[in-house]
Amino acid sequence: MLRYAYYPGCSMDTTGVTYRMSIEYLARKIGLELMEIPDWNCCGASSAHAKGKWQALALPARNLAIAEKRLPGLDICVPCAACYARLLAATAAIRESDETRARIEEITGVTVKAGAEILTLMDVLGTDEGFAACAAAVERKLTGLKVACYYGCLTSRPRAITGVQNIESPELMEKIVSLSGVECVDWDFKTECCGGSHQVDAPAAARPLVERIFRNAKANGAQAIVTACPMCHLNLDMREEEINRKMGTAYDIPVYQFTQLLAVAMGASAKEVGLQKHFYPAFKRLDRTLRKAGTLQ
Amino acid sequence: MAQLQFDNSASLAEKIAADAGVTLSDCYQCGKCSAGCPMSASMDIQPRQAVRLLQLGMADELVRSRMIWLCASCHMCVDRCPNDVDLPALIENARYEAQRIKLCAVPEVGKFNDIFMENVKNFGKSQEVILEGAYNLLSGNLLQDMGSVPHMLRHGIVGPEIRTVREREHVRRMLTAAEKEDEGC
Repeated sequence: MLRYAYYPGCSMDTTGVTYRMSIEYLARKIGLELMEIPDWNCCGASSAHAKGKWQALALPARNLAIAEKRLPGLDICVPCAACYARLLAATAAIRESDETRARIEEITGVTVKAGAEILTLMDVLGTDEGFAACAAAVERKLTGLKVACYYGCLTSRPRAITGVQNIESPELMEKIVSLSGVECVDWDFKTECCGGSHQVDAPAAARPLVERIFRNAKANGAQAIVTACPMCHLNLDMREEEINRKMGTAYDIPVYQFTQLLAVAMGASAKEVGLQKHFYPAFKRLDRTLRKAGTLQ
Repeated sequence: MAQLQFDNSASLAEKIAADAGVTLSDCYQCGKCSAGCPMSASMDIQPRQAVRLLQLGMADELVRSRMIWLCASCHMCVDRCPNDVDLPALIENARYEAQRIKLCAVPEVGKFNDIFMENVKNFGKSQEVILEGAYNLLSGNLLQDMGSVPHMLRHGIVGPEIRTVREREHVRRMLTAAEKEDEGC
């Protein structure tokens, strides 16, 4: 059964709104039940772990504890890569040492076992059941659109806790997003960092990270970049025109969440997945692709 | 200049390594970490040199460096390290030691983190509008990213509403307890 505890994270209500809209659309389409953890709090990314070890563990631990109590037996689906990393790190620390767990319980005042698995939305849709449900829900194909799947850092690293085998070139997003009919290009920057919050607090140092992601995607023939994280998406989508203006480049690459492409293939309209909300124009590329490919496969 | 709490830099290096769970002699200075680090171009000390400083017992140089604050915690270094040296953990613990002496060589990063955590303490959730606004005020970069605001308002990406945790007192209580625990580490 496609039923999971769900940790959306703070960005989903603001800068990650298009991710949220497309997740909700596809969840309805494929019968995926995402049970939001009641009264969840911020996971602490990306500042708590710079401030202190116990602050970084306490915040996710409260969410894990509530999920255990209110949504027992369910694994936890976390679509944001940064939130995923924090919940996963806390889970690993609690499981690894009883002493750590006891201290966390003392600090938070709640008991926590961390028995649930922490999964990205890609993990969930990549299961046999999730994948089959997605495949069955596709109504039209985005044939001819060449995309570069961009994972960013935290869905695969650090390997010691994610268990991802191929941290340089994961394939899961390609597998899932291909259901929408797009062609995934081979490229080099799948798991390079977007700079995270340094795009705000160290912009001069961090901006080149975004530029080179666009550069490599373009060099490998991508017409669009696909992400699986609200932060990665914002950092690419919001900075593209500024980079073109300031660095004299001419990138013309809309950035989509992988769930937006799936939802559109499942019949969603542009508005239903928030294409008009993008900073870099995102509607035309999909519209043209759909017209060329024909609406139905 | 602020004083380190340790008598000498060598014992501080040992503490940072122990807290990070790293055996410093595991690093044989191959440099794969520096080669793969996306932020290395802006760093005053390269990732490879960070471990070297600790090996040589020169922790104070690392603690005072900009590099520990420019690290984006992307974990490329540790995942490419042939000997699994957990450099992000070393950097994290060097940050903790820097904060102990109220030092942050990239003040903007320190301000961002402070505002972020203050928000979480007050509301239980991160408030992007308050975070960006307060950051611009406190960092003096008043107009940073303001060009994006009309778009965000027009499309309802951000708005005036504040989203809070119902039990935000619980979050505040546990963060206060965690801060105490972190100070004692």
